[in-house]
Amino acid sequence: MTAVIDYGIGNTYSVVMATARFGEEVLLTNRLEELRAADRIILPGVGGFSQGMDNLKRLGLDRLLRETVAAGKPLLGICLGLQMLFEWSEEGESAGLGILKGQVVRFRQPGLLVPHMGWNQVTFQPQAGCYRQAVAQNAFFYFAHSYYVVPEEKEIVAGLTEYGCPFASFIRWRNVAGVQFHPEKSGSHGLAFLGTFLQQGKEG
Amino acid sequence: MLVKRIIPCLDVHNGQVVKGVHFEKLRPAGDPVKQAAFYSNHGADELVFLDISATVEARATMTEIVKQVAGVVFIPLTVGGGISTLADIEKLLKSGADKVSVNTAAVKNPELVREAARRFGSQCVVVAIDAKQVAPGDWEVYIEAGRKPTGLSVKVWSRQVEELGAGEILLTSIDRDGTGAGYDCELTRAVAGSVAIPVIASGGAGALKHFYEVIVQGQASAVLLASMVHFRQLQVREVKEFLCQHGIPVRL
Repeated sequence: MTAVIDYGIGNTYSVVMATARFGEEVLLTNRLEELRAADRIILPGVGGFSQGMDNLKRLGLDRLLRETVAAGKPLLGICLGLQMLFEWSEEGESAGLGILKGQVVRFRQPGLLVPHMGWNQVTFQPQAGCYRQAVAQNAFFYFAHSYYVVPEEKEIVAGLTEYGCPFASFIRWRNVAGVQFHPEKSGSHGLAFLGTFLQQGKEG
Repeated sequence: MLVKRIIPCLDVHNGQVVKGVHFEKLRPAGDPVKQAAFYSNHGADELVFLDISATVEARATMTEIVKQVAGVVFIPLTVGGGISTLADIEKLLKSGADKVSVNTAAVKNPELVREAARRFGSQCVVVAIDAKQVAPGDWEVYIEAGRKPTGLSVKVWSRQVEELGAGEILLTSIDRDGTGAGYDCELTRAVAGSVAIPVIASGGAGALKHFYEVIVQGQASAVLLASMVHFRQLQVREVKEFLCQHGIPVRL
């Protein structure tokens, strides 16, 4: 079973529908016991960083997520769900979950339109592993964000996207994956990406 | 590379897609879910649904339509028309809309834009501006489906909505809407040059070169189109191929 975390923020409906397309049992929930029972967890999210963190903490989900990662259960963070995995964000100047080392900063190159809104390419790095086999190199994905992650350890960068500068749009570290784009809104490439995540935790 | 977006707009009236001229003379143009799936399969980058009936009953219908569409079409969806409260916005976002577009309500209550951006994020708040030319280089904001002048300058209002936290501006030329005479490039450029958020140009597409013009001369990040594609005069893919041949980056 795949659990999509419902923490009162963002468009969870599309994530659930896209996941259900794979014949996967999906549960939209914020109940700790249900999340503990899941085979894999998706942390979606759009919206403000500090509000997202506040909601997670209020529901006790910050601890659950650290537990999930420590237990080796597959976790996919999408958009704000990726950003919150890091230590700190410029948005609201708030602390994140600190599961991954690094910060979240705003696009501020001169002449750049912000939000970074629309379809852009992802160049897979060696770290992308099985995703590289499932999805075409430099495929287009849908982005809608004003902040991006700057990981401390470059080895966890699995995909890069160019907007003013190359930024990390796909992160992989142990059982954790995180994407700045929206696989649930990126047509067939997005679904292929999501399908690859849904295979995680099935082998063995 | 971030590409230019081609966005079909589906005006929905009582559950049916319709298309008018100068915001009037409605003609039926098909079932919204079928239309959405068709466009998505033919290369649309996003879809906009505008509920032009905008009654309470119609809004409930719209929420249902969005749910159905979001269940089968996996590209971004924007919904507009009659949205005036945070509760309206939340309901649509929960039903699968990625963005909402506010027009009249933003003018009447600018705090709605600020509060929506704060609660749901700028990336999901589109402010739609309907513009009518009043003098060379000067346009006025109209509300209530293009019927009511506001006295607001389009350039001034654009900067204000950016400051309030809008993530995008959907800019429609009332003068050009449905005419096929081409987008108002001058208007689009005036707005795109005033703000640092993406501008979607709307109103007036009638030939392939119009898309190219409004992207190059108007500096639009995206183009909206309706009547040309609803009646299958033109496919989204043809627009993209044309733009690609003329050096504009698109997602093919």
